[in-house]
Formats: sequence, C-alpha cells, structure tokens
Amino acid sequence: MSRAAIELEFVTAWIAGQLFGIPITRVHDVFEVERITHVPLAPAEISGVLNLRGRVVTALDMRKRLGLPVREGHEKQMAIGIDHGSEAYGLLVDAMGEVLKLSSDAFDAVPINLQQGWVAISAGIYRLEDRLMVVLDVDKVLDFRKDTLAA
Amino acid sequence: MEDLLREFLTETNESLDVVDIELVRFEQEPNNADILGRIFRLVHTIKGTCGFIGLPRLEALAHAAEAVMGKFRDGAPVTADAVSLVLVTIDRLKSILAELEATAAEPSGSDDDLIVQLEQMARDRDAPIPANKEITIGALAPQVLERALRPDEVSLDDLERAFRDTPGPEGKPADKREADRRAGERRHPDTGPGGAQTLRVSVDTVERLMTMVSELVLTRNQLLEIVRRHSESEFKVPLQRLSNVTAELQEGVMKTRMQPIGNAWAKLPRIARDLGHELGKDIELEMHGAETELDRQVLDIIRDPLTHMVRNSADHGLETTEDRIKAGKPAKGTIRLSAYQASGQIVIEIADDGRGLNVAKIRKRAIEAGLIGEGEHPTEAQLHKLIFAPGFSTAEKVTSVSGRGVGMDVVKTNIDQIGGTIDLKSTQGRGSTFLIKIPLTLAIVPALIVQSGGERYAIPQVAVVELVHRASNANLVEEINGALILRLRDKLLPLLSLSQLLKLPKQPAAGSEAFVVVMQVGASLFGIVVDDVLHTEEIVVKPVAASLRGIKVLGGNTILGDGAVIMILDPNGIAESIGASREERTIDFAPKQEASDTDTLKPVSMLIFRAGSGALKAVPLSLLTRLEEIDTSKIEFSSGRPMVQYRGGLMPLVPADANAKLAQDGTQPLLVFTDGGRSVGLIVDEIVDIVEDRLEIKVTSDTPGVLGSAIIREQATEIIDVAYFLPLGFADWFHGKSGPGREKKKLLFVDDSAFFRNMLAPVLQAAGYDVTELSSGKEALAIIGRGARFDLVVTDIEMSEMDGYALAEALRANARTAHLPVVALSSSLSGAAVTKSKHAGMHAYIAKFDRRGLLQALKTASVELQEAA
Repeated sequence: MSRAAIELEFVTAWIAGQLFGIPITRVHDVFEVERITHVPLAPAEISGVLNLRGRVVTALDMRKRLGLPVREGHEKQMAIGIDHGSEAYGLLVDAMGEVLKLSSDAFDAVPINLQQGWVAISAGIYRLEDRLMVVLDVDKVLDFRKDTLAA
Repeated sequence: MEDLLREFLTETNESLDVVDIELVRFEQEPNNADILGRIFRLVHTIKGTCGFIGLPRLEALAHAAEAVMGKFRDGAPVTADAVSLVLVTIDRLKSILAELEATAAEPSGSDDDLIVQLEQMARDRDAPIPANKEITIGALAPQVLERALRPDEVSLDDLERAFRDTPGPEGKPADKREADRRAGERRHPDTGPGGAQTLRVSVDTVERLMTMVSELVLTRNQLLEIVRRHSESEFKVPLQRLSNVTAELQEGVMKTRMQPIGNAWAKLPRIARDLGHELGKDIELEMHGAETELDRQVLDIIRDPLTHMVRNSADHGLETTEDRIKAGKPAKGTIRLSAYQASGQIVIEIADDGRGLNVAKIRKRAIEAGLIGEGEHPTEAQLHKLIFAPGFSTAEKVTSVSGRGVGMDVVKTNIDQIGGTIDLKSTQGRGSTFLIKIPLTLAIVPALIVQSGGERYAIPQVAVVELVHRASNANLVEEINGALILRLRDKLLPLLSLSQLLKLPKQPAAGSEAFVVVMQVGASLFGIVVDDVLHTEEIVVKPVAASLRGIKVLGGNTILGDGAVIMILDPNGIAESIGASREERTIDFAPKQEASDTDTLKPVSMLIFRAGSGALKAVPLSLLTRLEEIDTSKIEFSSGRPMVQYRGGLMPLVPADANAKLAQDGTQPLLVFTDGGRSVGLIVDEIVDIVEDRLEIKVTSDTPGVLGSAIIREQATEIIDVAYFLPLGFADWFHGKSGPGREKKKLLFVDDSAFFRNMLAPVLQAAGYDVTELSSGKEALAIIGRGARFDLVVTDIEMSEMDGYALAEALRANARTAHLPVVALSSSLSGAAVTKSKHAGMHAYIAKFDRRGLLQALKTASVELQEAA
C-alpha cells in the first residue's frame, strides 16, 4: 500500500479459538453478562435482553451469528456493548482479548475462500505476528435479519 | 438577543399557523368580523415584533399583507385570489423564519415580487384611497428603533408595549376600532395576550424530566420489591409516602406532556383548502374535539398519518364538484375530523361524504398484487381492509385508478407501532370513515406481571378484563381434543396457553398452568393461560430493538423493580395470532385460501361432535350455550322422556340424531342450548373438536334436524339445525309465542348468506311467521314492486351490492312500505352502527346469533304495528 499507514485501535475478543477485532470507536463498553431474559419467538442469534445500568441491551450470540457450535461449559459470559443507532446491543463472545493498536500496513481484504457468512460480516483481516485477526463490520453483524430471512 | 430571538421565532411561527387556519375560515365566512379582527391583529403583531427586533424583510412583507387585510376590514370583497396571495405571503414569511432559525440572521433577498402584488391588490380593493398614501416601512423605522436600544434588557412588557405602539396601516377609524377591540380583550384574561398563566418550557426539559421520573418509578418499584420481602419493616410507612408522591409526580409530568390534538391538525384546513383549489373541489373540513389531549410522543407519531389521510380523503375520497352535483349530493364535500377520549384511548375519526371505496377496483388491484387469488371472494369489509396491506398501492399510476390506498400501509404501520388500531367503513357512493384508536400515552402503563415457563411477562392492563383461577373454578375450563375453552358465564372463550403462544422451550407441567387472564381486544374476548399471576406494576415501556420488532406478540420490554428485563406482550398481536380477531379487526393477508364460490366466507367457530351414525356433526359454537358432562345416574325419566336437574330446573334431553343413545354408565356429554330461560340438552356420543372454518353447505338435507352437509377440515360434516331440536324439548317452545288462531304475519327475510338463511328461516317459521327468504335487497325491492305485501322485514346489514341500510331507506322512501318495521341483523354490534340503523329508520338492530333478541324485536314490532293499525 502506498498510502501513509494509519494506526487504529481495536477491542479484540475470542470466539471459538479465532481472534476478532472491533474498532474501539464503535465499542460502548465491555461487560459481564449476569442475568439474561430469553425473548420468545426471536431470531436464533438473539440470546435475549438484559439490563445494563438501566438500559435494555439486546444480546447477540456471536457463535450463532458465525454459524459456530454452542460453547461447551459455562464460565463467565462476556459481552461487547455496541450502540447501533439509538439501540444498545451486546455481542456475546467467549473471552475478551487485549486492546490492540494496529497499523493499516498490516491490513488485508477478506480472503475469498472464507465461509460466505463470515465474508458478509468481516471488514478485513489484520496480520498480527503470531496469528490473523478478523475485523468485524459491526453494522453488518447487526444486520442479520436479512440473512436469516433469506435463508 | 438569543433568547429574545428564540422567543420571537416560536411565537411568530405559532401566530402564522393560526393565521393560516383563520384565513381559510375567513375565505368561507368573509363577513365574519371576529375572524378578520384576529387575523389582522396577528399580522399586525408580527409586523410590530419584526420592526422591533430589526428584521426589515419580514416587516415589509407583513406590512404589505396587513395592508390587504386592512382593505378587507374596510369592506373590500374577499376573493380567493386575494386570500391565496396572502397565504403565499404567509408561506414566504415561514420560509424566511426557517432560515432565520437556522442562521440566526435574516436571509438576504427580495420580496418585491410579492409586495408589488400585495400593494397592487390593496390599491385595487380600494380605489378612493390614492396609491401614494401607502405607508412604507421607512415611516415606521424611527419609532421602532427608539425602543430597540439594548434588546438584552428589554422585558416582555416593553415588547408588548412596542407591539401596541407600532402603527397599523392607514385608516384611522379602523385603528380606533382595533384599539377598542383590544381593550375589550384585556378584560378576558384567557384570550388576551399575557393573560393566561402559562410558561414556555423546551421539549427537551420535559423529556428529561420524563426520563428521570421513569427512573424514579423504577427505583420506587425496586424499593417496594425489597420491602415486600420483609413483612416488618420500618421503611414501610415512609416508602408508602414516597410511592404516592412518585405517582403524583409522574402524573404531573405526564400532564405537561399532554397536548391538544388540535396541534396536529393546525395545518389541515390550509391543506384541504389548497387541495380543493388545485383539484377543483369545494371542500369543507369540519373539526371536532380539537381540545382532546394526548401525549406529545403519540401526537408526533400520528401527525403525519392524519395529514396523509385528510389529503387522501380530499384527493381520492371526495368527488369533483361537478360529479357531486351529478350524483345529487351537495356541491360542497365534507371531511369530518373528530377526536374524543374513550376508556383510556383516544379515538379519531376521519369521515368523508365522497364516493366511498371502489370495491371492484380494489379487488382487481389486490389480485394483481397477489394479495388474493382470482377465485377468492372476500367480503366487502375484507376487501376494504386490503388497502392497508403492504404493497397494495405503490405506483403513482395505480393509485390514480384504485381510489384510496396511497401509502395506507405506512399509516397502518405507524399506528400499529404505538399500539393503536385502524379500521374503516365505506359505502360506495356515500363516503368512507376511518376509525383510529390510539393509547393516551406510551411512556408508562399499568401492567399485570404474569409468569409462564419460568419467565415473567407484562400484560398491559387496559386489555385485561378479569383473572380466573383455574383450580378453584375447575369446571370452567373444558378441553376438547387439546383445545382449551373457558366457560365464562354465558360465553365460551378460546383459551391459549402462553407457553404455546410464545413457543417456550419448557413444556408446562400438568396442572402448572393455574390462571387464565381474560383479555379483550376490540370486540374479541379470549383467555391466556399462565402459570402464575404475580402482581401489577406501573411499567416504563421501552421499545424493543429493531431486530425484534417483527415479533407481533411482543410490544416492548421493561425493567422490573428487581432489575430484570421482561417482555411486554402486545394484546393486539396476540389477538391477531390466535385469529380471534380476524373477522373484526384484521384480515389475514398471507394465506391463500382455496378458491370457493360460496357467499359465506367468514370463518365460523364450530363444535364438531359425533352422535348416532358415524358421520361427524357440527353446530356453530355461537349458538351453543354450554357444554356439559353429566353423570348418567343423574338422568331421570318423566313420562318416558329423559331429563336432568339443571340449574334449579328440569332440562329435557333430546337425542341429536335418531340413533344417538344415552350412555349406559359413566358420563353423558350434552350440548346445552338455552332460549328464553329454557334449556335443552342435546344428547351426543362424543365431542370431537372445535374448529374455525368457512362454512359452506354443499348438500342440503331432507333429514329433519340436519341443515345439510359441509366440508369442514376436509371431512364431510352434517350441520345440525338447532331450531329443529329446541321444540322437541318443550312442545310449546314456539307455539306459546305465536299464539293460536291468529293470522300468520308475513315476514320478508333478506340475507345474502345462505347459511344464515338456512339457520334463521326455520326459527322464524317456527315462531309463527310466514317467511319469504331472499338473498339480496334488489330482489326484495323487486318483489315489493310487483305488489307483494309484508308485515315485517328482517335484513342482514353487511350485504354486497345493496346493504341493509340502503334497503331500509329504499323501503322508507316508498309510501307503500314506509311503515314497515325493519329489523337489522348484523355480525358486528357497534354504537355507530346502531345509530346509523336508527337514522335509516330501522326498528331494531340485533346481533346475528341473538335469536331471542330477534324474536323479541319482531314481537314488539308487530305489536306496535297492530296498535298503529
């Protein structure tokens, strides 16, 4: 890339052994889920709703969203709080990673051989020293109704 | 200056809105000096304020408009052109104000185009006054500037005084009159400026207050929850006080959010007027109940739909003046907008006396859009409702031929969103009426907290009629092949388990579902079975995320006192999903029904049972009073006929089929029919199911007691004739009512549904009437035209072609039949319909299945007839 490299900060999280990153500007907060209310008749990806300091947050199960199997054994459930318009969503992940500052030099497009569902919600890939990090496109992650309906 | 300017903008915008409305009224009543006085004063005030603040462009425009108004006041003729020009000027003022608001400075530009026209018009109106006597802005400026030295220090009183001192246009006597009027107004503090004790508060402030009160309510609920767990707590008394104060505070803040619905209507007279001019129609917009208050948030949501609907009524509903005269209607078309409060809801009606919906065109369009199949024949009411279907009318070209329906789906969506309902009634050639019901407020609602499958849910109390504890009323709930039915006094209500409705993963354990929440939505009653009823709570409604909005049975979520989030059930959505309201409120857009050529398309709830021979038998559920299972040992025989002691009397038992036999031991299922205080038990072998299906009698039957056969749920089923069985129980069932020896009254029975003709004609015959059955109003008028004579008429209301009202009116118009008592039958009973039937000169208005009411009404009608004769 000939453009000047820019550095961006990412909140990272682990889902089924894969590292994902979300631009820090999109992350409202990170919290531990204690009590979650099941929403009847809701799309499968939605685990339920929860109360985060007086706000109703809709919890989205990232494993289901990515078409991954349900996690075995329950330790503490972590969530990344995202504001989407005026609505609050919580992305349920296996575990939180560090906050990383990454240079756009290490950024690449999504490899075409990734599973379709993954391609749809990924903004690109960062090459870290020891592994690859998939950048999630938050708006597309939350725009799952279309996919579900089409399926 | 900031504050002063903001104050000015708000006030002036409001004044201009009023001027808009008043001008339209003035155009219709050019001789009304009060209206003119108000307009003149407002324009004058605007001019004065503009001069005071130093907004020359606005001032010059207002001044020129005022000059024209002044001429009107002096008696110049009021023409549409002149009013249009003033209205255009008002629009220009508004657009300048909008820019002023955005940039805090008066935009540059020239309004000479308008000013020249206005001045020209003022000159033309009043030839004797020479043109050079026109006062220009320059003459006003010095006087005005004198006072605008330091705007920051200017009190409103000074401002007020400035308005008064600003000279009006030329014409001293008029000024004198104006001053007199103003002086008079001073004595009425309600109308005089500055008289009413009001305070302008920004919406943000009120909204913040509301949010805080909502949080306070939540915290209070939390505290109550904690104290509830400790029976002996010293917090109890102070908490009770806190609770009361919170409730009052909440009510107070809610009140500040209330606004008269007239605010949402302010622009409508102008829209109707402009559309009228554009379309060549003479339109009168009547507005009733503008003072009805509702929550600001609700008001904001319905503002656009209302505007849209009035536009629609003016555009598509009303005919052109020419067409109206041709149709023999008054040249002026009326759109009536009314609002009133009824049982915690606001009802808004938008009625026009235009051409009504064109059913044939709707049908055509619906078939094109794939909403109904070619072979389907929905009722007229169902067709009407199709205009709310998404995608019914999209392209411009289509709407111009399809009558109504431009974006009606959007209107419906907006109204659904706030938990409201929309309905319409339309008569071709007579007009359409839209009925919107919306909640007063959305923010905080009392709710019943229930539990099912381990989760709690909130049900808005406005929809809850009563609670029934199953265990202590075990006999009230029947189970028929898995379908639950609640017997509530004289009604049978469909019951649905909340776990099933919500498809909860955990299946309820047997006997765990202890309560029935009886709910009413529109005209439909139904029961929801829940595990437990916890308590009631004022809940703060929070909308669900967009991704959950498609779930119809959920209306939002809320945070409870203990911090948990729970879902709020939407009564409308539930009613829709159990189909109980399909007939009344909505029609099912999705499923494509099989083609059928019957005229009885509404689904009817039917009880399916076996008796005697193997064939299934059915009876409409609504005819049935009760289902009973009695111990065979309780059956007694009196002169060879089986009887049981039932509710303090003896109830005769009649076999539902010649081959049906009484059970030898155990229990005997009975279908109980009650009429006029007497009950008959129909002996059946087995109750099979309750189904909802369209009932179409395919083969009529000669067997006594059987109306014919129908296909119900793909099985041939015999429909029994209740009217046949009732007299078998009591020999004098009907004879007692008709009386011996009297000549039979000739009764004309008109109903386009074969089913109801088959159902009711035998009842009427058995009651001693000589019945002539016809399937349409036209046929009825035809045979009367040929000389047939009748003593009584019974007619269905909802008929295609000519409805019951039209028939009644036609009969009244004919001298020979004007005296005929007409009894209306309808499947829906609403106050409006009853009133309408009275207007049409009908004798009585009876629900279709209310046989007793029908016979009673006929009896009184014939008694009156005899007395009159």
